[in-house]
Parts: sequence; structure tokens; C-alpha cells
Amino acid sequence: MAFSDEQLERYSRNIILKEIGVKGQKRLMDAKVLIIGAGGLGAPAALYLAAAGVGTIGVADADAVDLSNLQRQIIHATPDVGRPKVQSAREKMEAINPEITVKACHEFVNAGNIMALIEGYDFIIDGTDNFPAKFLINDACVIARKPFSHAGIIRFQGQLMTYVPGEGPCYRCVFVSPPPPDAVPTCSQAGVIGAMAGVIGSLQAMEAVKFITHAGKLLTGELLTYDALSMEFRRIKLPSRRDCAVCGAEPSIAAPFDYAAPVCEGIII
Amino acid sequence: MPDYGIDAAVDITSVVCPVTFVKTKVAIEELDDGQILLVRMNDGEPIQNVPRSLKDEGHEILKLIDNKDGTYNLIVRKRESGG
Repeated sequence: MAFSDEQLERYSRNIILKEIGVKGQKRLMDAKVLIIGAGGLGAPAALYLAAAGVGTIGVADADAVDLSNLQRQIIHATPDVGRPKVQSAREKMEAINPEITVKACHEFVNAGNIMALIEGYDFIIDGTDNFPAKFLINDACVIARKPFSHAGIIRFQGQLMTYVPGEGPCYRCVFVSPPPPDAVPTCSQAGVIGAMAGVIGSLQAMEAVKFITHAGKLLTGELLTYDALSMEFRRIKLPSRRDCAVCGAEPSIAAPFDYAAPVCEGIII
Repeated sequence: MPDYGIDAAVDITSVVCPVTFVKTKVAIEELDDGQILLVRMNDGEPIQNVPRSLKDEGHEILKLIDNKDGTYNLIVRKRESGG
């Protein structure tokens, strides 16, 4: 496929990069990325991936835009309050880049639909806001052998990890199971600074771009933590667990399942 | 002119930075390793930047020919390691 002059101009800053080039841009345009959660993390990830020319981007979210979301979920604007997040997100992404296809999935992701949802995507971004969803996405991606980016944010802190089948631990290797419901502050108590969602969600987009274009080294086998107040990034090496319930030698989890839904989000996204 | 067999040519005199280099990259990436590309470019900014950028990516600059009309022909060999 040849690039039009308009495409060469639109993607010139990508194509100029030695690590991306024409090949990398074509890979981006052929790629399919699913973003689960059109909130704080999903917002910058969706915008940057749309802008980069990722050919097909799925966005899954059951929620409507709330006024309290706008402090961090920069893909949504004040007139969008009350509208489905996936609809609001799709409009902004298509406005930035009309060349891409945005598939909006206005559904709550659960054990019953996640396998069908992730099928056909090359990379998945976990932009969800609660532990049950994070374990669900992990288990489904491990079972379907899909690479994905995990992230979580709260207050002035964020964390990030990339899973690629056969290349390091999965989320369950690291965290085993969701914490007890009262162990983590609920959304009404914890708070998060909006720029944290921007930093970590953008890093997720970066991991997706690197995976698609084969540029550089992914954040596999390591958890990156970011503390904004002390301005510290840390990379913690993490091994796979041979006895992991989903990716270990003898997995006991053969299909994704739902943990009890949280009363209120543990992590704010 | 040619001391070299030219495998492909691209004219970037109608575009400006950074599309100059982008068009050159597109042309060179379509070649096989070791093949030779002719790039016709304007004097000034393209002459300063395009050959340098090609060199940075590992391609071999073979010759720069002054066409005496404000344009130059750059002859470049695609690097062997692909890309």
C-alpha cells in the first residue's frame, strides 16, 4: 500500500524515526488495539493511538460521562456529560484522525463477553478502574495469548506492566488475587491527580506502539512504579510464577471468571 | 553521468521539510538492500538535511551532482542490513 501525500505529512514525525520508518507506520495502520475503559487511562491512550494512525481501535466501556470524570478523562468534554463514554471517545478520535476505524463497544466487560471482545485484537490496554476487571482482563489475555498493558493509578501514584505471552509474568503472577474489598480506599476517599492518568495512560500507548512497531524493549518482567510527589520512577524485576493459577505450568483457571463486582471502584481511573 | 546503475528515483523538489526526508525514506525502503536511489532535491535546507539523515540511518552517500539549475541529484546506496 502506498502512502498518499497527506498521509506522509500526517505521519511524517513517525516515519522520520529510524525505529518506525515506513514499515513501522504500515504496521501501525494495520494494527488493532482494544482499549478497555474509556476513562483516565484510556483517554490519553485512545487519543495518542488514534493520532499515531493505529488502523483499528476498539473502545469498550459501559459508563456515561460524569462531571467528576472531566478532571482527568481528557477525551471527554463538558458537553459530553451524560453521553456514553464510548460515543464521546469515538468522536474525538475520529476528529483527530478520520483515517482510522473506531469500534465502540458500549458494554460492561465480563467473563461472558471478554473472550469474544478481545478476539481479533493484537494488543489490549487495560484502562479499567477495579481489581476484578484487572484480573478478568489478565486471565482472558493469558488464555487467549494476547499481549496487554496493565496499569493502575491512585492519588499521586501509578504503576504499569506489560504482558507478552511467554515473556515474563502475568498480572496474576504478581498480585495472585484481588485484595479484600476494604483493603484499598474507595473512589470517594482516595482521589487521583489528573496528570497521573495522563502520564500512565500515555505510557500504555507507548507500549502498544512499541509492541506494534517492534521498536525497543517492552516493560515485560518488570513493574514500573511512579511516585509523583517524590518524583521517583522505579522498575521492579518480577519473575513468572511456575504455580500461577492462569499462566503457570498447571493452570487451574481455564476460562475467565468474574470476581464479585466492587461496591465502589478501588482504583480511580 | 552514471557511474552507477540507478534502481529508482524520487523528486523531492516540490515538498518541504520534513516531507522531503519522509518521501526519500519511502523511496529507499521500497528498494532491496544495496540498490541505488537517485534523489532530486533543491539547494538549501534539503541539501543540508537529507544527506545527513540518510547517513544517520546507515545508507551510503555515493555522489552529489549539481544540476546547475538550483537542484541537485543525490546518489545513495541502501544499507545492507535492511531498513
